[in-house]
Amino acid sequence: MNSTPKASSRAGSGARGRVDWRSLGPLAPVVVFLGILFVFPVAQLLWLSLFNDQGAFTSVHYERLFDSAVYVKVLGITFRIAAWTTLLCVVAGYPVAYLLATARVHTRNMLILWVLMPFWTSFLVRTFAWMVLLGRRGAINEWLQALGITDAPVKLIYNFAGVMIGMVHALMPLAIVTMLAVMRNIDQNLSLAASSLGARGGQSFWRVYFPLSLPGVASSALLVFIVAIGFFITPALLGSGREIMIAQVIIEQMEELLNWSFSGAVAVLLLGTTLVVFFVYDRLFGLSTMSATGGIVDEAERRPGLISRFGAYVGGRLITLMGWICDRFSDAVEMLRAPRPERPRATLSRKVLWATGMLVLAYLVAPSFFVIPMSFSEAAFIKWPPEGFTLQNYEMFLGDPIYVGAMIRSFVVALTSAGLAMLLGVPAAFVMARRPMRGKGVVFACILAPVIIPHIIIAVALFYAFAQVGLVGTTIGLVLGHTVISVPFVVVTIMAVLKNYDTRLDQAAWSLGASKLRTLRHVTFPLILPGLIAAFLFAFVISLDELTIALFVSGGQTPTLPKQMWVDAIFKLNPMVTAVSTVVLVFVTSLILVAEFARRRSEKVMG
Amino acid sequence: MTDPSYKLRILGLRKTYGPVVALAGADVDMHEGEFLTLLGPSGSGKTTMLMLIAGLIQPEHGEVWIDGRLSTYMPPHKRDLGMVFQNYALFPHMTVYENIAFPLRMRKVSEAAIRDEVRRVLDVVQLAGIEARHPRQLSGGQQQRIALARCMVYRPPIILMDEPLGALDKKLREQLQLEIRRLHRDQGITVLYVTHDQEEALVMSDRICLMDKGEIVQLDTPDGLYFRPESVFAADFLGESNLLDATVRRIEAEVVHLEGPGGVPIEAPARDGLSEGMAVKFMIRPESVRLLEGTESADNTLEAALQDVILVGQVTKHYALLAGGTEVSATSLTHHRLPRFTQGDPVRFGFDRQSTVVLPVSGPTPAA
Ligand SMILES: Nc1ncnc2c1ncn2[C@@H]1O[C@H](COP(=O)(O)OP(=O)(O)O)[C@@H](O)[C@H]1O
Ligand SMILES: [Mg+2]
Repeated sequence: MNSTPKASSRAGSGARGRVDWRSLGPLAPVVVFLGILFVFPVAQLLWLSLFNDQGAFTSVHYERLFDSAVYVKVLGITFRIAAWTTLLCVVAGYPVAYLLATARVHTRNMLILWVLMPFWTSFLVRTFAWMVLLGRRGAINEWLQALGITDAPVKLIYNFAGVMIGMVHALMPLAIVTMLAVMRNIDQNLSLAASSLGARGGQSFWRVYFPLSLPGVASSALLVFIVAIGFFITPALLGSGREIMIAQVIIEQMEELLNWSFSGAVAVLLLGTTLVVFFVYDRLFGLSTMSATGGIVDEAERRPGLISRFGAYVGGRLITLMGWICDRFSDAVEMLRAPRPERPRATLSRKVLWATGMLVLAYLVAPSFFVIPMSFSEAAFIKWPPEGFTLQNYEMFLGDPIYVGAMIRSFVVALTSAGLAMLLGVPAAFVMARRPMRGKGVVFACILAPVIIPHIIIAVALFYAFAQVGLVGTTIGLVLGHTVISVPFVVVTIMAVLKNYDTRLDQAAWSLGASKLRTLRHVTFPLILPGLIAAFLFAFVISLDELTIALFVSGGQTPTLPKQMWVDAIFKLNPMVTAVSTVVLVFVTSLILVAEFARRRSEKVMG
Repeated sequence: MTDPSYKLRILGLRKTYGPVVALAGADVDMHEGEFLTLLGPSGSGKTTMLMLIAGLIQPEHGEVWIDGRLSTYMPPHKRDLGMVFQNYALFPHMTVYENIAFPLRMRKVSEAAIRDEVRRVLDVVQLAGIEARHPRQLSGGQQQRIALARCMVYRPPIILMDEPLGALDKKLREQLQLEIRRLHRDQGITVLYVTHDQEEALVMSDRICLMDKGEIVQLDTPDGLYFRPESVFAADFLGESNLLDATVRRIEAEVVHLEGPGGVPIEAPARDGLSEGMAVKFMIRPESVRLLEGTESADNTLEAALQDVILVGQVTKHYALLAGGTEVSATSLTHHRLPRFTQGDPVRFGFDRQSTVVLPVSGPTPAA
């Protein structure tokens, strides 16, 4: 595809292996930035957990970690919750991704918005929505009783099921989007070819489509699992108190006990766990399956590790079995309704797929909208159905100086950090997308690391680092912290845009007499402008919705909006929160729609 | 019922996608062992027709008869057809061996028999010894042959091929054209072939089905299609042609007299559907046009001003403008004694009545 420009620029860069450092200059700011604000603080955290005040080695924190059964148990719970979340996300997300991948372009573009919207709408808002829906006096319980299915309210949340509902809801869009990236690269003719060669629907799916989609399943499972083990909001708000995850321990140690070294040790444990998960994944599937947003990894290029060979064997058996089961199932269906040459075949499987997909999408999209009617309710506490109509929740919200301050602060921080992320990320994306260089993979991994590593680790590390230089509780500290996690999104988005960009346009401009700078200004930027806007808005929304880093870095007196909502929710859920949620929901959703349309326009412009 | 001597027959087959008519009621018959090619520009419905025949999509109307059996809505695995896809559609996660074994496994053939069959068919396509490789590790030509092998291994009596050589370079394409023809002859398979390359269609086919915008324009032998096109589209699509406006003046039993550009009288063989005063076009192939020397005469002549003489290897092309500004070209074998011309020289082009084809004009055209 883009081998020609690559080959020619490689030839142009002279002797093999010699790097033109000046051409990599634009990469420097982001490398320095992440070095200081990400790598160094995390390393320092590691150090802190291993050495005492005098700089002598100590394993006391880790001994304490493993001495007490509590923490081992928490680790176990964390794994159990993350594993269940991953399983549910992948299993329920797969049909949706498959549906999207095989639908017509127009249908797909519409449905994708429904997946993306909850992906970006405020995480806290969605959690509140579940509380509204599933609470003792929530909509589901009211309906169940109205329909006479139950007599008394059923306990739907504040237990393991509640945690699962919330976490799967939060992470399934990520699973779907990741699987979709791989599935869209699967040639649909392959399934047709399998049919023409004598495979029935089920056989063709299990033997051809499914194996080809596995890299997507694997990478989405990895991402979901990694993100899930760093979760704390959902278990804290929807759990029973027994579903304590490791991130909650870190918060507790920091906030209540002020034991930085020990929480550092817990964070390192979490980090270690993350790395182990990556390692196992790499052994099983190869990390390269991740990078290529799709791209089927050639079997022959894979490392023939023992695990993967075993996996291949088991997988082969499983696929044969599934194919067999589907054949028997088709036999049964054909007994009821034999195919006849003069009668159109029923597209039963497609209908089942649509029904499943719509059900899952409804689960993803619908809950958030429940907060909207609730925000106009006159009731003094949150209960379904809303009573009457009043704006008092909004009046309360806008009359509360803490909330208004928090909202303004969030806005300023999001705007500044998105700008900073663009300044750092755009030049880096250009280098990453266009310049050949050795060790690109390593640099890319470093830039992506802040997304992949649980945010709570970054938060703790930054808190400690900022405390030393007095940045805790400052707007600058927040901006820097948010930029660390939004810069990878900017780089990835712009890189994707540049991948579709035909560099011959630039060459044409040069040949027509434009200087490099003028080319950039008059040709390149106008063409990628929608992509730039999308990247900016994504960075903006990430910061606006960010809670983990804000929780630590913003001081008690200067909260961001999510932090203020969190603090309130922990104590008591006030109806006012539905008004705040509605405002955030509407605002963020419109931004995301704008960003998504901008991104699509850039795709369309560049063919 | 349908005549059982047809191997494959479609009747009034129609498929639409929303407002797009992909195939508008097509009728085609094929005899056993025939090589029929669907030829047409991209988007003319060729792939759609193949998929309907293979059962990969379902039609709205019409019938598909395979081997004398009605098969319109039968699932694909119940039709004994083979299909080679546009970009081969080799399964990337399977080795060459597994790819070729796939249709046999679906038919529950024993592993021992599969081994023999795969070996046999790899010999046929002259690619023995690459069983363990993955499709990605093969060249385009090799992938093409594997796709062919995978399709032939279960000996389907009918094979559908969708632009199987479209992605290859010219030289390889010509080589594989010959190989496919050889396979077709040796194995006695009935082949429905798709291409948008007219030369390929002419080289390979027993008959050509010319398509445009979801409709069959003409179904004829290569010879018939080339020398007796029935429409402007057919004349224009296949080979080079001079298409000129004319009006019908007089119709006789064998001959129709036309008034050509600038009032020149033109004679052509008579055909149906003409009436006096009707605006038509007439078509003449450049290789049927001669440069007339001196007082030499021909059935039809055109006077023009020479614009360009281009030597294209074995042939030389002359381009000239008629008085009305229409370009006419003549192609002749390159000959070192060809008289030299300079631009603007008056020339006389001559051509036989028998090689002149009158074509009805579809849609309104300005009179000549
Ligand atoms: N799955 C589809 N959905 C919508 N339109 C389609 C689909 N498949 C084909 N078409 C349309 O049907 C027409 C015929 O397509 P096709 O049979 O693929 O043409 P060809 O193979 O001759 O290039 C085209 O206009 C194409 O856009
Ligand atoms: Mg086609």
